[in-house]
Amino acid sequence: MQAIPGRSSRPERPLSPHLQIYSPLINMMMSIVHRITGAALYVGSLLLAVWLLAAASGPDYYDYVAGLLGSWPGKIVLLGYTWALMHHLLGGLRHFIWDTGRGYDLKTVDLLSWGTLVGSLVLTALIWIGVAMSGGL
Amino acid sequence: MTMRTPLKTARYLGSAKEGADHFWKQRVTAVANVVLAVFLVWLVVSLTGADYATVKRQLGNPLVALGLLSLVLSGAIHMRLGMQTIIEDYVHGEGAKIVALMLNTFFTIVVALVSIFSVLKLSFGA
Repeated sequence: MQAIPGRSSRPERPLSPHLQIYSPLINMMMSIVHRITGAALYVGSLLLAVWLLAAASGPDYYDYVAGLLGSWPGKIVLLGYTWALMHHLLGGLRHFIWDTGRGYDLKTVDLLSWGTLVGSLVLTALIWIGVAMSGGL
Repeated sequence: MTMRTPLKTARYLGSAKEGADHFWKQRVTAVANVVLAVFLVWLVVSLTGADYATVKRQLGNPLVALGLLSLVLSGAIHMRLGMQTIIEDYVHGEGAKIVALMLNTFFTIVVALVSIFSVLKLSFGA
């Protein structure tokens, strides 16, 4: 008969090294940010739901919600939402490349990770310049 | 009365065999979301500062409504799977994990239903 190891008899084993052991590398940082932006977009989905609900509820509700979103705190939240969306989107594209088994050499990993960060900032800036130029700011 | 523990029936059966399904749904919705996110940005930017009548007309446009419904459907599945992974990574207590996973499903359904109902009302309603 095979011995079944119980929880009580489990020996003390060393834990695998966790985040604080490693020096921060861009790839690791972008991986963490990808998860954080994902969680932020999860909460941010409420913004879309509330915006659509307000539009479906009539002009008074819509003007109220649009006023909140258009206030300075609202704009800062929307700016953050834009960046989170762009970062998560580019991070997703990076993962598609890795899903094909390509891009795993260190140079490409670094390039893709920096590209995610720089690209997300550039796209966010372009979108808000677009908003400003159409008179939305 | 049996002296066997429930572990006996679970051992050697391997995983729940749902991992590939989770991965695949995550990626399929991710591909869809690339297009739908660009659509969302375009829609919101184009409606920034617009008056209510314009917003109502635009959101009730069939193509816009279909785009929004696709976004809500794909986005809801994607975000529920993603949050499920986060919960499974960080919530270790069995009871707390089950509650968190349930809340994840409830939150996703509420967001999706509110959005879908609103889009449909803008399309069909008075």
